[in-house]
Amino acid sequence: MILQLSCNKREREVRSTLADLRCGEAATLEGVDLPEEDARRLMEFGFLPGARVTAGLSAPGGDPRVFQVDGSEVALRRETARRINVRLDLQEKPA
Amino acid sequence: MSPCGRCAGASVAEFPEKTGTTAVTGAALVGPPNSGKTTLFNRLTGLRQKVANFPGVTVERHTGIAVLDDGREIPLIDLPGLYSLSPRSEDEQIACDVLMGRHEDTGRPQAILLVLDSTNLARHLMLAAPILALGIPTLVVLNMADDLRRRGGHLDLSALSAELGAPVALVSARQGEGLDPVLRFLAGAMPRPAPKQLPVLQDVPKCREWAGRVGSQAGYRAPAPPAWTRRLDALFLHPVAGPLIFVAVVIAVFQTIFNVADPAKDAIDALIHLSGNWVASVLPDSWLRSLLIDGVWRGVGSVVVFLPQVLLLFLFIGILEDSGYLARAAVIADRTMARVGLQGKSFIPLLSAYGCAVPAIMATRTIENKRDRMATILIAPFMTCSARLPVYTLIIAAFIPNREVMGRFLGARALAILGLYALGFLTAVLTARVLKSSILKSSHSAFLLEMPSYRWPTVHSLSLRLLDRSKVFLRRAGTVILLAMVVLWIMAHVPTQSGHTPAIENSLAGTLGRTIEPALRPLRLNWKIGVGLIASLAARETIIATLGALYGMEPGSGQLGLQTALQHDLTLGGAVALLLFFAFAMQCVSTIAVVRRETGGWKWPLLQFFYMGVLAYMAAFVAAHVIA
Repeated sequence: MILQLSCNKREREVRSTLADLRCGEAATLEGVDLPEEDARRLMEFGFLPGARVTAGLSAPGGDPRVFQVDGSEVALRRETARRINVRLDLQEKPA
Repeated sequence: MSPCGRCAGASVAEFPEKTGTTAVTGAALVGPPNSGKTTLFNRLTGLRQKVANFPGVTVERHTGIAVLDDGREIPLIDLPGLYSLSPRSEDEQIACDVLMGRHEDTGRPQAILLVLDSTNLARHLMLAAPILALGIPTLVVLNMADDLRRRGGHLDLSALSAELGAPVALVSARQGEGLDPVLRFLAGAMPRPAPKQLPVLQDVPKCREWAGRVGSQAGYRAPAPPAWTRRLDALFLHPVAGPLIFVAVVIAVFQTIFNVADPAKDAIDALIHLSGNWVASVLPDSWLRSLLIDGVWRGVGSVVVFLPQVLLLFLFIGILEDSGYLARAAVIADRTMARVGLQGKSFIPLLSAYGCAVPAIMATRTIENKRDRMATILIAPFMTCSARLPVYTLIIAAFIPNREVMGRFLGARALAILGLYALGFLTAVLTARVLKSSILKSSHSAFLLEMPSYRWPTVHSLSLRLLDRSKVFLRRAGTVILLAMVVLWIMAHVPTQSGHTPAIENSLAGTLGRTIEPALRPLRLNWKIGVGLIASLAARETIIATLGALYGMEPGSGQLGLQTALQHDLTLGGAVALLLFFAFAMQCVSTIAVVRRETGGWKWPLLQFFYMGVLAYMAAFVAAHVIA
């Protein structure tokens, strides 16, 4: 939390977590900040650094949400999605 | 030892092969969840399969026999789904142990059928690395060939086979297509796998990289995304339509179970009655006839009539699960379950607990989080199982007039039943809340659930499943309940008084009932109900058979129906007390046994038994005194 607040503004625009994605938005996965066991299972599902993740539909209220990654679809709770860091490609090169 | 021992790199250890053991393990089916592994197993074995438990744990062990063209029989074992050889749940642990040869009961498999989903090959191939490294002869079975073709995917089988150093077969287990190579593999020499290269197995990114490279060497072109799955998800996970469909599905399941099963139930009931009368007319009048007809036939029969209901429930659960909808239902239910500290995966076991707590508790194995799983096990018996239904129906029919409550739509009796269902559910939810905020508090429970593509459930798999459930149900009726009825009959007929059957209140059963009567009097229940309650420990529905037998043996009330006899014997307060007692108490040895097995000791089942018992007694006490 403290780390996030100390981030400068420009970085915050680019760096984000899976929980910030809306349905249909895609991003590139940077890292998973979860206990070893869960992180490993997520990686086995295809949540690996560099993977493209697309947010899909969700239960009412947006939690849990289905994410498309590496050819499969996996439902994650928001609390888990929040711990998965991504880089948004949308504003990648505003130039 | 096979002469072609070209071993797969330095990372593979040589496994000493047991030569002295005579037990042939045969082949193991291994694969990630949703790869269609079980469908293939069903195809290969058909009716020649057996479900048992791995010793010491509750993980079900599915074994079967595949018959080859030349008539040879190959034993197969269907291992629980695996994502990798780093297990997360008890199921996965067992599968790993078997593969490593750490399970004495099964021994190390002689061959592996590695089942992967060909429509998601790149990711599924990750499992090939650790499996091939085991050095066991392996056939890589790429399933869902029909889906791959239809959606425009492609791959070069011989190139893939060369990369993996193992034979590869492209099949569609659902259609039964391309199974010949599988049978040929089982019949053949089965060389050890010799992959060109294997990644460092502990490193997931490296494994994925390897899988991607192998896939591209084999010219793998991933199929287009499943259009129908997207379309159906747009409906089933729609913010408004989704939850409505969810509720509609749950209601439809119950509606059908109660309405459609009734004629079938009546038919079986009539059949048992007729056959009972026929047997009675053939046998000479003796104690044996009395035991057979009054004890066994009526008692066991009163339980067997619920077979259609139980089967319908399992049919629905089977359809929902095989079609892929249940995973979506778990997503929709997750938020609600999270509010009481549970998770979406608990929804599936709790739904099946409406049928029977025993399979429900076994279904909790899919919940990886130990504490969530424990909480689900502990609350499952509160859900109104199908064994409570006949008890509810009988008492409500005897005491609640069939008045209309809300116009024509809802009668007073239906409302009472619904109320009892709601009561069970609410108690389960409250108990979960208490447990999850005290002894089973867990800081973190990651909810990761893979959404399978929608598929039509096959008649083949569904019928095998129902057949299996019928066997379990009838075995219970033929053992536990049969035994309870025989014991009850004996207790009702001893001690003999000068060679004659004693009056029922002087029999052993009557004495026992009157001994516990003081405890039941505050609940406005008499000793006959007491005997019924003791008998219902075997299985809840046994109380009906017991009361039927007790009132039947009593001169005077013998002519009256069971309903009339109850009206005569119980006050309204007592009837409500009895209903509440049944709603809360854990009167079911099978459930106690399965909880003990699942939780690995007596601590949890005893806690559960006393908690539910105290709750039942208190609720009944209050009801008996408020409704005077």
